[in-house]
Amino acid sequence: MLSIKNLRASVEGKEILKGINLEVKAGEVHAIMGPNGSGKSTLANILAGKADYEILEGEVTFLGQDLLELSPEVRSRSGIFLSFQYPVEIPGVPMVNFLKASVNEHRKFKGLAPLTAGEFLKLLRAKKEMLHLDTELTNRSVNEGFSGGEKKKNEIFQMAMLEPKLAILDETDSGLDIDALRIVAEGVNALKTPENATILVTHYQRLLDYIVPDFVHVLYKGKIVLSGGKELALELEEKGYDWIKNGNE
Amino acid sequence: MEDQDKLLNDITTQEYQYGFVTDIDTDVIPKGLSEDVVRLISFKKKEPEFMLEFRLKAYREWLKMKTPDWAHLKIPPIDFQETIYYAAPRTSPKYQSLDEVDPELIETFKKLGIPIEEQKHLAGVAVDVVMDSVSVTTTFKKVLAEKGIIFCSFSDALQEHPELIKKYLGMAVPTTDNFFAALNSAVFSDGSFCFIPKGVRCPMELSTYFRINTAGTGQFERTLIIAEDDSYVSYLEGCTAPKRDENQLHAAVVEIIAMDRAEVKYSTVQNWYPGDKNGLGGIYNFVTKRGICRGVSSKISWTQVETGSAITWKYPSCVLIGDNSVGEFNSVALTNHHQQADTGTKMIHIGKNTKSTIVSKGISAGKSDNSYRGLVKVMPGAINSRNFSQCDSLLLGSTCGAHTFPYIEVGNKSSIVEHEATTSKIGEDQIFYCNQRGISTEDAIGMIVNGYAREVLNKLPMEFAVEAQKLLQISLEGSVG
Repeated sequence: MLSIKNLRASVEGKEILKGINLEVKAGEVHAIMGPNGSGKSTLANILAGKADYEILEGEVTFLGQDLLELSPEVRSRSGIFLSFQYPVEIPGVPMVNFLKASVNEHRKFKGLAPLTAGEFLKLLRAKKEMLHLDTELTNRSVNEGFSGGEKKKNEIFQMAMLEPKLAILDETDSGLDIDALRIVAEGVNALKTPENATILVTHYQRLLDYIVPDFVHVLYKGKIVLSGGKELALELEEKGYDWIKNGNE
Repeated sequence: MEDQDKLLNDITTQEYQYGFVTDIDTDVIPKGLSEDVVRLISFKKKEPEFMLEFRLKAYREWLKMKTPDWAHLKIPPIDFQETIYYAAPRTSPKYQSLDEVDPELIETFKKLGIPIEEQKHLAGVAVDVVMDSVSVTTTFKKVLAEKGIIFCSFSDALQEHPELIKKYLGMAVPTTDNFFAALNSAVFSDGSFCFIPKGVRCPMELSTYFRINTAGTGQFERTLIIAEDDSYVSYLEGCTAPKRDENQLHAAVVEIIAMDRAEVKYSTVQNWYPGDKNGLGGIYNFVTKRGICRGVSSKISWTQVETGSAITWKYPSCVLIGDNSVGEFNSVALTNHHQQADTGTKMIHIGKNTKSTIVSKGISAGKSDNSYRGLVKVMPGAINSRNFSQCDSLLLGSTCGAHTFPYIEVGNKSSIVEHEATTSKIGEDQIFYCNQRGISTEDAIGMIVNGYAREVLNKLPMEFAVEAQKLLQISLEGSVG
């Protein structure tokens, strides 16, 4: 599904990613871990198409397409979803309008007719039930005045609405209490199918108690220095990132 | 960033959608202004003597006045002798049904997306359409008449209710008020008149579409709204104008009088031709709008969405004379290309316990300049009065300007005046967030701008709010700098 080859990228002249290689297949869950500043969020943002980064070298293929050639909105419509570490507030824009525009753009891209208001609300309710969301989030402006936990739940809710092929969750666990973490994780698990894939970007092992990865990669100073199965996360938790640092200085 | 700049360029250089000309036979008097022209206008309109005197008095005062220069605007010198002061469709102006109306005119409204037949049936809006300067058709007149409501062209009102005009005309905006009000008083061609009798709630939104159609014709509308004790009316004014290369002068006057416990809501969507992307052409819009809350507990609210005109000079104001009276001003002013807007309000507190609220949302894009100018004046006798002002500016790109000029004068110690102001840019993060959900940058900007203006748009009547949202989207959908 996703193939990253020797990806090097910089921001404001500073090289952040120094040759990333990663293969993600349908049905897989990959966790990317690493200390602060290792380039985890940069990788997530580059995959989603955020400007401000300069690609120095390498290629990224997503479902057979050159991902780096696509605009962010086309990447989204093609099936890439980024759950933001810091979801942005858009005052005055009701969540429900935002989601409807979003869902209908995705449908248009697939050659489907836009949902009517009635159909859309039905879908909205179904997804709310699926995620056990009983909040009034959809009636408020996009992320405006949301608590940290509400913002993250809202990200997962949008993911449920859009049913992406590849979901990239950037520090989705940060700022969550244990209950919110469980709800978010259950949501992610509920959305898992053999056809889609998930990349979890996280600093802590905690999230991986709830969402069990097939592969764990350790990113350090812009490179994946270690890859393994889920037990790698536990080992990392036990020994700390110094263990990685010491081996790679 | 480059993509966004390109998109900004693409979108903000879109041409005005409503630029077309309707070829309708018009009766035009020679250009230029003199006492004879004023007399001729009055004569052509078969006006009562007092009206001619009102005009002549205004004209003589106007001669002594100068164009105001205090606004944050660059106004090219206007040659008032190069303007035509009167144009009326030559075809007979009154119709019983739409079938009799010039088909070309109907076509014009269809192009504008305001089919009057649909409006009549669906929206329940009585539409007094002003094509150039004379009312061409008036609808729902009968329904309104049953309630004793008078809603007609100003000319008709002069013929049928001269005593009301004589009593109220100039009460809110005296002929000497300012240069453009004096000019309007001398040469206004037509407009709307609205009278709501005691205790009557007007059952429908009253609506007037103004439209400039004759090349080089300055349009001078005059609107007078009187709400007697315990009455209520919501009045809508919307404008679109055809494309012109030369500048057209527009100097309207709107007067509102609200008596005891009366409430008047006045909503405007203004989309006069703004000029092309190089700043050529466009309407000069110098408007004087003022409401007087004469009665106790009366209320006047102005809601405006201003997207058009090359130059906008406009300060819909409230004079709060009656104790406990309330004034409101809600504004979205959007400028793009080379447009200039200096707009705001005046809230004059005279009565006790008077209250005013100002919400102003400026949006600037392209090379435009957008200023809010507002006066809040609390007279010494206006004890326990309150004002709250919120003035926000949103910038799209880095070549436009936004300015806020608040003037606050408080004459007593028991009153409270609050002013808040913010300036922001559309965030790239906001746009990227929308992009990541599949929404294009163009749509994202439209969405963000509409969200920003929502507080004001929500004050508009439903059908108008939809139109206003589309206008904002069409008018800029700008970008980030």
